[in-house]
Amino acid sequence: MTDSPENLLKTPLHALHVELGARMVPFAGYDMPVQYPAGILKEHLHTRAKAGLFDVSHMGQVRLTGDDPAAALESLVPGDIKGLGRGRMRYTLFTSETGGILDDLMVTNAGDHLFLVVNAARKEHDIAHLRERLKGKAEVEPLPDAALMALQGPDAAGVLARFVPEAATMKFMTLLPATFNGIPVLITRSGYTGEDGYEISCACADAETIARALLAEAEVEAIGLGARDSLRLEAGLCLYGHDIDETTTPVEAALEWALSKRRREEGGFLGAEVILGQLKTGAQRRRVGIRPDGRAPAREHTEIADEAGNRLGEITSGGFGPTVNGPVAMGYVGIGRAAEGSPLALMVRGKPLAARVAAMPFVPQRYYRG
Amino acid sequence: MTVKYTKDHEWVRVEGDVATVGISDYAQSQLGDVVFVELPEVGRELTQGKEAAVVESVKAASEVFAPASGTVTEVNADLEGEPAKVNTGAEGDGWFFRMTLANPAELDGLMDEAAYKDFVEGLH
Repeated sequence: MTDSPENLLKTPLHALHVELGARMVPFAGYDMPVQYPAGILKEHLHTRAKAGLFDVSHMGQVRLTGDDPAAALESLVPGDIKGLGRGRMRYTLFTSETGGILDDLMVTNAGDHLFLVVNAARKEHDIAHLRERLKGKAEVEPLPDAALMALQGPDAAGVLARFVPEAATMKFMTLLPATFNGIPVLITRSGYTGEDGYEISCACADAETIARALLAEAEVEAIGLGARDSLRLEAGLCLYGHDIDETTTPVEAALEWALSKRRREEGGFLGAEVILGQLKTGAQRRRVGIRPDGRAPAREHTEIADEAGNRLGEITSGGFGPTVNGPVAMGYVGIGRAAEGSPLALMVRGKPLAARVAAMPFVPQRYYRG
Repeated sequence: MTVKYTKDHEWVRVEGDVATVGISDYAQSQLGDVVFVELPEVGRELTQGKEAAVVESVKAASEVFAPASGTVTEVNADLEGEPAKVNTGAEGDGWFFRMTLANPAELDGLMDEAAYKDFVEGLH
C-alpha cells in the first residue's frame, strides 16, 4: 500500500481536522493532522499552558476476554497484569523471544475484560501476535468502531469536570466508565505529553460531538501530531519504531521500571531469559537523554561519537523542545558514556556538535497523583 | 532593484553589486516555526543550485540553495538569536546572507515575482 491520499484511512474526526485548517499528512496508514494553523510551536506551548485536544483514533484499541486474560497476557509482557486492580492501568511492552520490543502498550483492568491501547503502526501485528500466542486462552477483540481522543494539559481536569464531574478526582493511570453529555465514554487519566490529562474512548459516531464540545471550551485548542511528538520527546517518552524496536531490549531502553517486581522473580514472558539476564549483568548500551550545546537540533539517525570521532551510537529522536527552548534528543550510547553529564559529539552535517548526556524528562512531569 | 525567485523558494534581491538572499514567504509558511538557521561563513564560494544554508523548523531541517554563484560577503547575525524573524519577515529582515555575483546572467533563468506567484499557485 502506498501513502497516496486515496489509500489512506480516515479517523472519525477527519472532516473536523480539515474544517479547522489542519495540514494533513500520512501517518501509519492514516491521513492525520500534523499541525493546525497556529503551528507546532504554539500548539506545544498551549498544551503545557492550558489544554490541548489530540485525535489518537488511529491507535489500536483491543478488548481481551476469557477465563483469565491477565494470566494469558502475562506470557507476552513483563508487567504485573494479574496484580492490576480493577480500574487500574499500566504501561507495558510486548517482548520478543530474543528480548527485543515488539510494541509498547497501555493495559487497563476494565473488570470483565482487559482494555489494551497499542500503537497505530503496530496494531495489525499486535492483534495477530495476540491471536496466535493466546489461542485457546483469551479472546482478542479489536475495536475498530471506537475513537480515541487525548485531552492534555494543566487545564484538562477543569475542562473535563464541566462534562464529567467525577473525572476531576480520578488518580493517574486509572479508568472511569462515564457519560459525557449523555454519551457513554471510557476515560483514563493518562497521556503522552508529560502533563496531567485524559484519554477518552467513545464510539466513532460520537467522536465529533465530544471533540466539538471540548474545543468550544476557551482553554482547549486542537493539537496535531507535530506537537504530540515534541511534547512526548520533552517528557522523555519513547516512540515505537524510533526509540524502541525489535532490536532494543527493555534494559537497553532504560525501561527497567516496566519490568514488574513479581515478573522479575518469576519470568514467564517472551524473551525473559535474555531480558532478566541483562537486568543482572547490565546491557552494553543504554538509551539516554541528550542536550546539544547551542541551538542546532540533532535529528533522528544523527551519529553520536566521542571526542576522538569513534562511533558511540545514534540519535533515535531529536528536535527542538519549545518548552525547554532549545534542542533536545534521545539516543543510544555505550554504557561507559551513559552517565549524566558525559560529553558527546553529534555529527550534524559532517561537523561535530558538542552535547551532553542529560536527565530525562527534559521538563518536569505533572501527572495527577491525587 | 530586481527580486528573483528560484523553484526551491529562495529569493535574491540585487542592489548594485550586492545580492541579498532569503527564503520566500511561501517557504516559511510551509516550514512552520523556524528555530535555527545555519548560515554560510563569510568568504565562502557558493555555486548556483548547491547548498548554502540550512533552516530548521520544529519538525525538520531543510536545505537552502544558492540562487546564484558568488562569494558570501555578510550574514544576518540577528537570525542566531531570533530565528523566528524568518517567519515574521521572510522577504524582509529575515534575510539570510549577502553575496557577490560571479555571473549575473545566471539570474536570467530565475522567476520574477509574477512568475513565482503563478508557480506557487500551481503547487496547490
